[in-house]
Amino acid sequence: MSNQNPTPAIRFENVHRHFGEVKAVDGVNLDVLDGEFFTFLGPSGSGKTTCLRMVAGFDRPTSGRIFLHGDDVSELPPYERDVNTVFQDYALFPHMTVLDNVAYGLTVRKAAREQRTRRAEEMLDLVRLPGLGKRKPSQLSGGQRQRVALARALILRPRVLLLDEPLGALDLKLRQEMQVELKALQEQVGITFIYVTHDQEEALTMSDRLAVFSHGRIEQVGSPAEIYESPATEFVAGFVGISNLVRGDVARGILGTDTTFSVRPEKIHILEPDAAVQGGMDSVRGRIEEVIYLGMYTRFEVALEGGGKLTVAQQNLETSSMDVHTARGREVRLVWEKSHSRKLGGQA
Amino acid sequence: MPSKPRDPQAERAPWPISLGALLAVLFINFPIFIIFLYAFTTDEQTFTFPLPGMTLKWFGVAWGREDLWAALGLSVRVAGIATLVALLLGTLAAAAVSRTKFFGREAISFMLLLPIALPGIVTGIALRSAFGLFDIPFSFWTIVIGHATFCVVIVYNNVVARFRRTSWSIVEASMDLGANGWETFKRIILPHIATALLAGGMLAFALSFDEVIVTTFTAGQESTLPIWIFSQLTRPRDRPVTNVVALFVVLIMAIPILLAYRISQRDGETQLSR
Amino acid sequence: MTATSAAPRTLIQRVSNYLYVRPRVSLLMLLALPLLWFLIVYIGSLATLMVQSFFHLDGFTGQVVRQFSLSSYAQLFTPANVDIVQRTAGMAGVVTLSAALIAFPLAYFMARYASPRMRPLLYLSITLPLWSSYLVKVYSWKLILAKEGMVSWVINTLRLDAALDWLLGLPEIGGPSLSISPIGIYLVFLYVWLPYMILPIATALERVPKSLIEASGDLGGRPGVTFRRIILPLAFPGVVAGSIFTFSLTLGDFIVPSVMGNSSYFIGQAVLSHQGTSGNIPLAAAMTTIPMLIMGIYLYASRRAGAFDAL
Repeated sequence: MSNQNPTPAIRFENVHRHFGEVKAVDGVNLDVLDGEFFTFLGPSGSGKTTCLRMVAGFDRPTSGRIFLHGDDVSELPPYERDVNTVFQDYALFPHMTVLDNVAYGLTVRKAAREQRTRRAEEMLDLVRLPGLGKRKPSQLSGGQRQRVALARALILRPRVLLLDEPLGALDLKLRQEMQVELKALQEQVGITFIYVTHDQEEALTMSDRLAVFSHGRIEQVGSPAEIYESPATEFVAGFVGISNLVRGDVARGILGTDTTFSVRPEKIHILEPDAAVQGGMDSVRGRIEEVIYLGMYTRFEVALEGGGKLTVAQQNLETSSMDVHTARGREVRLVWEKSHSRKLGGQA
Repeated sequence: MPSKPRDPQAERAPWPISLGALLAVLFINFPIFIIFLYAFTTDEQTFTFPLPGMTLKWFGVAWGREDLWAALGLSVRVAGIATLVALLLGTLAAAAVSRTKFFGREAISFMLLLPIALPGIVTGIALRSAFGLFDIPFSFWTIVIGHATFCVVIVYNNVVARFRRTSWSIVEASMDLGANGWETFKRIILPHIATALLAGGMLAFALSFDEVIVTTFTAGQESTLPIWIFSQLTRPRDRPVTNVVALFVVLIMAIPILLAYRISQRDGETQLSR
Repeated sequence: MTATSAAPRTLIQRVSNYLYVRPRVSLLMLLALPLLWFLIVYIGSLATLMVQSFFHLDGFTGQVVRQFSLSSYAQLFTPANVDIVQRTAGMAGVVTLSAALIAFPLAYFMARYASPRMRPLLYLSITLPLWSSYLVKVYSWKLILAKEGMVSWVINTLRLDAALDWLLGLPEIGGPSLSISPIGIYLVFLYVWLPYMILPIATALERVPKSLIEASGDLGGRPGVTFRRIILPLAFPGVVAGSIFTFSLTLGDFIVPSVMGNSSYFIGQAVLSHQGTSGNIPLAAAMTTIPMLIMGIYLYASRRAGAFDAL
């Protein structure tokens, strides 16, 4: 159980899952390393949840194979797999107390009562819910239920924990707290986490690595920085963060070639229209059409000379809302480093 | 100004509606009270009102009647076994229909409903004609078969309603934590649907205990309690005893109904309309 | 870590695994028993009923002749049988209509005006009689309507005997006493099926959002207009749903007419007597197709009227 183990925790080998005509998962190949916090990111219907369910055993591949620590588990039922799941709706057993819920995995394994109780109480301490064991799930808040679900899934010390949008039902503030807490917990228990979410911010915050899903396929796998700074496809550029996509004639006007590229709004500087452009920079002229003041930063929508639009974000270091609004209608030159023009492959 | 703060949403009903509602409630309930009254009458031959006198004598007489005990025993055994069969079949069908979407789901719900949706004589004469055609002699079991058939839908409705409000993920969670299909059924599904089964079973028992139309066609010489009462209705021989039996039946049937009602109040789903 | 996959499996585990990987097989296993029961016991019986309706009774021997013939169906059209069908369907119609009229105010009160504490009590006061013994309920009316019973006593006390005598003297609906007359049959049917009408109407009315009524008032609809234009149309599916019960139950009942009635048969009685005393199951079977046909048409029409959304 060491991180140097060369066998991946999970391996997808050309996995397909079709529901009739619908190809929910359409040829996924992926290795998740032992001890990683790995995120499946994608919009709903992109196949990320189906992939998670196939790891758990709730669903089986139409073709292809899934390995857990080197063993082919494609045909094993969930109760014979050494993985546990935190469900989106928590799936707490309504007729059991919190303690019985947490201890369930041990109860099924016929562990002795004292051991069950002791372990379940340890788990409740771990998720910072000490002393709530006697309550019923219906007497808990959403955040508390989430923690109980986590404790229940961790009690069997699985080598892989699957989390299916576990924070989706919580409000923003609680969600942000739990993001930090989950990440800390994962480092504490040292097991592989597979985390499914459609929230790109969440994915970037928590993951060691992530896979971006679209239409049943993986578009890109990489660290958060790689995914954000170097999106491989138009889809990734558009789905992760705000991105400017430039294509066709406009792209040729800027780069000199006809390749579609993306550039992040915060990488662009706004200069006077006649400012000199240094070497190693891309640039284009335009007119500020819209100014949206967002407190921490301001977003400018700039109409380009050759047609098209770019969004530019500028931190409000010294400016105030008064200043930024006078910018509307001004002619400007937009400048950014050539390395920030990410040429894209793949289809939209 | 009213002294207590009133719900501003609460409206007062126009008097014709209140009156109509009150009369309807009285109409529905007062015959039940008549039963209570007549159980104590001293009148042996007619149903004279006002009662000529009150007595407890007929309770004792009814208690000593062997034929009544036999009829009651038969009714309880029939209802008990019909309920068990209905619990089994209704739960299986509900589980199948709730778990997966398959072709013919609607048809199955409809088929289960038919025995109580169609006029009672249809079910009765159909079973009667089938028993006749295949030379199956009437017996305890022919009664049970008929009763179980129309009780299934009661259990089915209750269990389907429970499953509909249940997220399938608790079953997945159980399997995820190491419980196989049987363990999951025993530890999660069964406790979870237990009250729905109890309510459905109670109602099925009540329905069977009281059934007379289908029973008339499937009973042969056997006499259930409703058959006994029916014979007294058409050819009255033991009026005072019948009065006592009627009271007894009202009281005994209130038990499962009140129980089912309590469950429905708590869970908010039991199908009390039939 | 535990490696359950490597451990030897018990029989239960093997069966469990086998079924888990084959959802179709487990579905079939769930369905097998109820499906077999209903196909054999119920649908099978209905089929034999249909088959037997095409047999006929030999007039001389009194034996059923197991050969295809339409003679049982032909007998349905004798004046006596047409009379029975008309009487039964007419009663079902009148009972249904009256039940709807009486049920509506109560259902409306329950759905709109009853306080949260009163509502469950009202429901109980309808559900308890609904589930109470059907035969005892019929019996209670035998007590109430008896010649020497409560209703006669009240009428006598109010000195309205002449009116009662006039009523009982009417042809078609009269009889020797209230407890042996079509009026009595009507009252008892109305009583025993009324709860079946109240509950669906109340359910339908409860689904009418308060905001809808307020919106109508807001747009200038006076209470009468709101009732007619908003509440009544939305409650209609509930009325139809309730009427399916009252209509079907009246069509198939032979208890009430034989307890309260005279020699004029209803469909249920005719079926019972044909299969019983005369052993003419083919004719009984053919006769059962009438209520089935009527209910078929009724259900189809209700479906077209959108009544099943309320069930």
